[in-house]
Amino acid sequence: MKLALKVTEIEQLSPLVKRFRFEDPAGMALPVFSGGAHLTVEMSERTEAGEIIRRNSYSLISDPYDGGGYEIAVRREDKGRGGSLYMHTKVAEGDEITVSVPSNLFQLDLRARKHVLIGGGIGITPFLSQLKQLDMEQRPYELHYAARSRDEAAGLKLLPQAAHVHVHISEEGSRMDLGAVLDGQPLGTHVYTCGPGGLIAAVADQAARLGWPKASVHSEAFTAPPPGEPFDVVIASTGQSIHVKADQSLLEALEAARVEVEYSCRGGACGRCHTKVTACDGRILHNDHWLSDDERAAQQDIMPCMSRFKGARLELDL
Amino acid sequence: MTMHFNDETFRGDYTYHNSPEAIRRFPFPFDQDSYMYSVNIEQHPGGPKGTPFEKTFDVDEHYVSEMADREITLAEDPLRCQSLPHMELAGWDLLELIMVSKARDYPELFTLHRDGNDWHWINRPLGIEKKFTFLDPATLPCGPMEYITRQTQGDFALLHERDNNLWMDAGMITSQADWSLDFDVGMNFFEWHAPVPKARKMGVFDKALKFLLAVGQGQHYRRLNWTMTVNPRLDTSPENYHKWGPEKRTVTPENVGQKQFLRVELQTFFRLPRSNALAFPIRCYLANLEDLVSQPKWGRRLHRVLRDIDPALADYKGFAVNQKMIVEYLSQFDDGAPTSPGIFADA
Ligand code: HEM
Ligand code: FES
Repeated sequence: MKLALKVTEIEQLSPLVKRFRFEDPAGMALPVFSGGAHLTVEMSERTEAGEIIRRNSYSLISDPYDGGGYEIAVRREDKGRGGSLYMHTKVAEGDEITVSVPSNLFQLDLRARKHVLIGGGIGITPFLSQLKQLDMEQRPYELHYAARSRDEAAGLKLLPQAAHVHVHISEEGSRMDLGAVLDGQPLGTHVYTCGPGGLIAAVADQAARLGWPKASVHSEAFTAPPPGEPFDVVIASTGQSIHVKADQSLLEALEAARVEVEYSCRGGACGRCHTKVTACDGRILHNDHWLSDDERAAQQDIMPCMSRFKGARLELDL
Repeated sequence: MTMHFNDETFRGDYTYHNSPEAIRRFPFPFDQDSYMYSVNIEQHPGGPKGTPFEKTFDVDEHYVSEMADREITLAEDPLRCQSLPHMELAGWDLLELIMVSKARDYPELFTLHRDGNDWHWINRPLGIEKKFTFLDPATLPCGPMEYITRQTQGDFALLHERDNNLWMDAGMITSQADWSLDFDVGMNFFEWHAPVPKARKMGVFDKALKFLLAVGQGQHYRRLNWTMTVNPRLDTSPENYHKWGPEKRTVTPENVGQKQFLRVELQTFFRLPRSNALAFPIRCYLANLEDLVSQPKWGRRLHRVLRDIDPALADYKGFAVNQKMIVEYLSQFDDGAPTSPGIFADA
């Protein structure tokens, strides 16, 4: 489901990160959501080939129980596919913008006795809505926010000053000590990590070493699709060949060619875009978090929102 | 629209009955002359005016009596309603979904005034008027799921999503087709479906779970399921099998048309906003063979479906013992003529 909203506020949070607020143009209440949810923003661009629509997913950072507006924070990625650049350079207050209804792939497990939230860099975003939900539900939690420098710590402006909110700025010598964070937590604590892959792996590693049950360790899987080398795909049903540009995802290229593929997260986590491969002469570069290792190795499935291809011929069952 | 509510029972003297209007709108589940399990899922609400598919939560002539029957079942066995502690938020989500939908769809029966979290709910058919604070459990006489489902037809399961699966962590189950909440509570999608024959091997459950996990806010879906019940009994639970199981033996060729009911479940799926849980209402509709054959298309089709059904399904659904009698009765109403596509009776 889609919502046609208006951009009502844009704020520069740090040199690279802007906050955007969207509201219903007629002031109607928007659907409320759960902490950790994201939405997909549509960005339409005119090119020589006609109008193309790019879609990027962003975590919601606003109060989940407040239907007055939705807020996201976008970090400018100069080497990305252009979605974040579009948000930074083309979107202005007063513009109309089309977004999806919120959806959640990173929800809190409310069975937990305590929640430990660990965000690195822009990975702080899903926790901003989660901590509002935790406050409202009066659940015990602590949040750890790690950033290289104060300049990069866009989340500082959005975090409450509270005893259970800890900021670790490595440039200032206060690096996060994961052992100290996780050791001694009460039995039944759940930990959630969002940020660079290295941080997610380090938390999982530390939790395993301390004997935490796997089901108590969560991480936000979805990330933006990486750019890569251009390649071509063939649509099995029509024989049509489609070119995927360096700064385009396979899903975006299919959409631009009007080939329908279902999607939700556009970040390799929800499974919606799962597509069968009918011929593969080369190597699929799997960047998703959905397929199993066996499925990856078999090269008979691909997640077009994230994954790319290198080789002579890739044919999709579409 | 004013609605008439039947005064009827679902146990003891079994005075349950369908008006001609209720028969016409019955959700007959077969869209062709044969049946096998499938991932039969479509969007909800949506359907011809007057059908049970039109509104988010259908309210019909059996409403008041069904709620009285639920009260009896709960008084005898409080474990029919259970909610693990982490599901309370999902209960509030469900309460909101039902109150908002019913007040919108049936303004003459239900009214909801909301001022922030101060809510005022009026349920005219049941004579309830209640002011309470949304999200504050101290302001309701019981938990939010129990409160609203004591006022809503159909069973309700609330599913918690984790580890790419759904877990039955709360429910109000008093009109079930021979399964038990107390047994299933805390189980996941594959565990509680384990008794179903054939479907797992056919891949039905893998596909269905994948679909359910992807259901988003604002996208609602439904599917129909069915079984056969002797006498119009809502509470066909394993706990009370000793009460209704032996009734299968009371069916004779003379009374099968009146005593044998087709039991249809209108199952719907909703993603709940604050909890991200999935709500799974299971609404039960009952019509006996006499009711059904009043629509010639249904008489013909039901005969063919029940005659040709896979024996494993007849067994699982519990009507194998009376299948021969049922099929013989229905054969009187099947002249061999072709049936029209779709589930609806011919005009
Ligand atoms: C999360 C939602 C669902 C819940 C809570 C649920 C629950 C149940 C339960 C409790 C049973 C009875 C099992 C027993 O004998 O103990 C059942 C049966 C069954 N379910 Fe589900 N179910 C759900 C969704 C689905 C979906 C989406 C499908 C899609 C195909 C499905 C297909 C079936 C089938 C085919 C049966 C056998 C029914 C019969 O033959 O009477 N279920 N379900
Ligand atoms: S759209 Fe979610 S995995 Fe591709």
